[in-house]
Amino acid sequence: MRRTRCSSRFPLNPLALTEFPDVKNLLAKALVTLAATGVLTPGLAQARDNVSVVGSSTVYPFATVVAERFGRSTSFKAPKIESTGSGGGLKLFCRGVGASTPDITNSSRRIKKSEYDDCQANGVTDVVEVLVGYDGIAIANSKESPRLELSLAEVFAALAKDVVGPDGKLIPNPNKTWSDIHPRLPNTRIEVLGPPPTSGTRDAFVELALGGGAKANADLKALYGLGAGQGDEIRALLGKLGIPQSVYDSMAANKGTPPKGKDIFKTIAYAMREDGAFIEAGENDNLIVQKLEANPAALGIFGFSFLEENADKVQGTLIDGVEPTFDSIADGDYPVSRPLYFYIKAAHVGKIPGIQEFALEFTSSRAMGEDGYLPEKGLIPLSDEELRQVQADVKSLKRLEM
Amino acid sequence: MTEPDHYKNTAAIQASLKKRYARETRFKWYGRLAVMTGFLFLFVLLADIIGKGLPAFTQHFISIDLTLDAATLGVSSTPDETELFAADFGAVIKRGLRDTFPEVSGRSEKRSLYRLVSAGAEYELRDRVIADPSLIGTSGPVWLMAHAEAGSYLKGQVDTQLPESDRRVKDNQVAWLDELRDQGRTESRFNTTFFTAGDSREPELAGIKAALYGSLFTLAVTFCLAFPIGVLAAVYLEEFAARNRLTDLIEININNLAAVPSIVFGLLGLAVFINFMDLPRSAPLVGGMVLSLMTLPTIIITSRAAIQAVSPSIREAALGVGASRLQTVFHHVLPVAMPGILTGSIIGMAQALGETAPLLMIGMVAFIMDVPGSVSDPSTVLPVQIFLWADSPERGFTEKTSAAIMVLMGFLIMMNAVAIYLRRRFESK
Repeated sequence: MRRTRCSSRFPLNPLALTEFPDVKNLLAKALVTLAATGVLTPGLAQARDNVSVVGSSTVYPFATVVAERFGRSTSFKAPKIESTGSGGGLKLFCRGVGASTPDITNSSRRIKKSEYDDCQANGVTDVVEVLVGYDGIAIANSKESPRLELSLAEVFAALAKDVVGPDGKLIPNPNKTWSDIHPRLPNTRIEVLGPPPTSGTRDAFVELALGGGAKANADLKALYGLGAGQGDEIRALLGKLGIPQSVYDSMAANKGTPPKGKDIFKTIAYAMREDGAFIEAGENDNLIVQKLEANPAALGIFGFSFLEENADKVQGTLIDGVEPTFDSIADGDYPVSRPLYFYIKAAHVGKIPGIQEFALEFTSSRAMGEDGYLPEKGLIPLSDEELRQVQADVKSLKRLEM
Repeated sequence: MTEPDHYKNTAAIQASLKKRYARETRFKWYGRLAVMTGFLFLFVLLADIIGKGLPAFTQHFISIDLTLDAATLGVSSTPDETELFAADFGAVIKRGLRDTFPEVSGRSEKRSLYRLVSAGAEYELRDRVIADPSLIGTSGPVWLMAHAEAGSYLKGQVDTQLPESDRRVKDNQVAWLDELRDQGRTESRFNTTFFTAGDSREPELAGIKAALYGSLFTLAVTFCLAFPIGVLAAVYLEEFAARNRLTDLIEININNLAAVPSIVFGLLGLAVFINFMDLPRSAPLVGGMVLSLMTLPTIIITSRAAIQAVSPSIREAALGVGASRLQTVFHHVLPVAMPGILTGSIIGMAQALGETAPLLMIGMVAFIMDVPGSVSDPSTVLPVQIFLWADSPERGFTEKTSAAIMVLMGFLIMMNAVAIYLRRRFESK
């Protein structure tokens, strides 16, 4: 009697629960399910019967179309495709070998040496590189505004963090409006929406557009051409451009060897301005299109396929006098175009069904050929010769060496 | 002495009475206005969603005369299933379209003619022929699913007054579709594909089923983990645990956890469940585990409140007749607290149903065509599907987005209905 009130060690009566089946059933069922899921989990990681694809948001619209056709026309399951950005995709891809890591990653730029080394270090030794086609990067604005015409040098002047001032020295970008760059351009605030640094579109844009624009300056171009052995010339140019010599010294200290002129050029030319004129608008190109519609004064940076799909809302800016069109990108006339890739983890081929078959479908002539269904969705196709080479590489799973 | 004062007072009260009544009336109106504003917003939202989403529930079909001869299909005269699976049904459809409009010539014109019919039509035709191989060698009109753009014209969503370059359906397509419609070769049907298919890049082939199943599996896992753990934790903390610094600390932490942004749980899930425990990416299992972490604090807090609200006299009566504390809790306290616990759990589950941010980290924001068959199959969930469709460049997805929102709301109403049913059952005990 003494113990009934507060003793927590009262003997447990196994029959006690039977009178209240609802609570008991609920708990029992929940616990059974809990146990079942707990028991099942160890086996799950091994068994995967669908291809897992991650990577670039630019390749995503093409990869999903192929995945859908592949799923419908073969007995394999349709691959699962995530849009993570090129950098994010390669990071996941290089995490290791095993069913919990992706089999294929899409990339809107070539794999970097550092990423390749990361792959090797994590046991992803055999990587197959597949060139898919080309994509132009469009600088576009709403159709409600007049179409712009810019040179690469003007793009650099609008978007670089530091530009070359009138005295030949590097100064923080002073341009606030387009007319500050050239009087023929409209007197509106510079406002450009673009992808974040994790995006392959961004990497390609800074390299092709900003890098290309920076080379219009003779000193920067000269700097680009100088090798590691020409330290004195580099130092002289740095002095001429008004860059402190400590930049050279700290780069040399970080690398352990004297830097090349190209390395210094990259740190200068590839830096986007951070004072609000360039707005990071996320990984989603479609979102940028929608924002341009809402704000006719702004410009947006995104892949050509989105320009084509939204041709009734936005128009591409002419770069160096060339309009971004299917033909001008395929011919290489349009200056801001880049190759698109995907990478296959060769170690997974044969373990997870359908990887090579999916890659073969992707590179087949009916998909990637000139009359294929991918060019219909906006992919700029490879030349016949390139296509044959790519098809042969996929068939033989040619390993990438870097 | 007091009477005149009293009368004076009455006069003052009567004088102010009108004012006070007016104040009350005003206040009532403010309240009504607030309710009406809320309803107005809800109404505008629902009207917009339903207005946009309703067209997604119909789908147009076009009747084309097809000749299913073995030569065009590229198969033998008595093909088996594998042969038919690889047969070129697209060629049959293309030829049928060319025969219907023999005046069409030139590559680009032919292309826009082929675009009248959905890319999925050839697979549907293939499945029909595989089911009934005797169709080979026959010819006659066949209903084919229309392309989303052709469908949007037939639904009257295309303004032909706009210049041709500003719309996706071109003048020649408009002429062909008008001709087909005049011949009675177009038909609007209920869109069953939307409920039987997974995601697709073609709006007319896209369906909600994969996302719906994904949500079901994810919520099942969430419920199975969060409900027992949450209720047991609440019962222990409320009925058995000693009150000391440690339990105070635990309580504060649970309250804080309830306010942690959901993306944090996604990062945790990525680090622990996927990277450390090696569970598959994009699986409802991991999604459910992450979401159960998120809903646990909600369930614990509401369950504790429900248990606290049980009258102490019930406990004392049970203990008084000699029941153990365990018996008291399971026989008397929990049944009374159950309606409150269920309400809290359903609120937590409803939150989990609408969550996308943590799922982004664990790979559930993905293009997935196949309907998941278990908790370990890759899948996506309803809000993610809405997000993906809202971001798709193809126009046809606008109505799909709204339709998916309607399905999500239907799902939510069903969940609430189940909760109300369960609550009634426990209350009547």
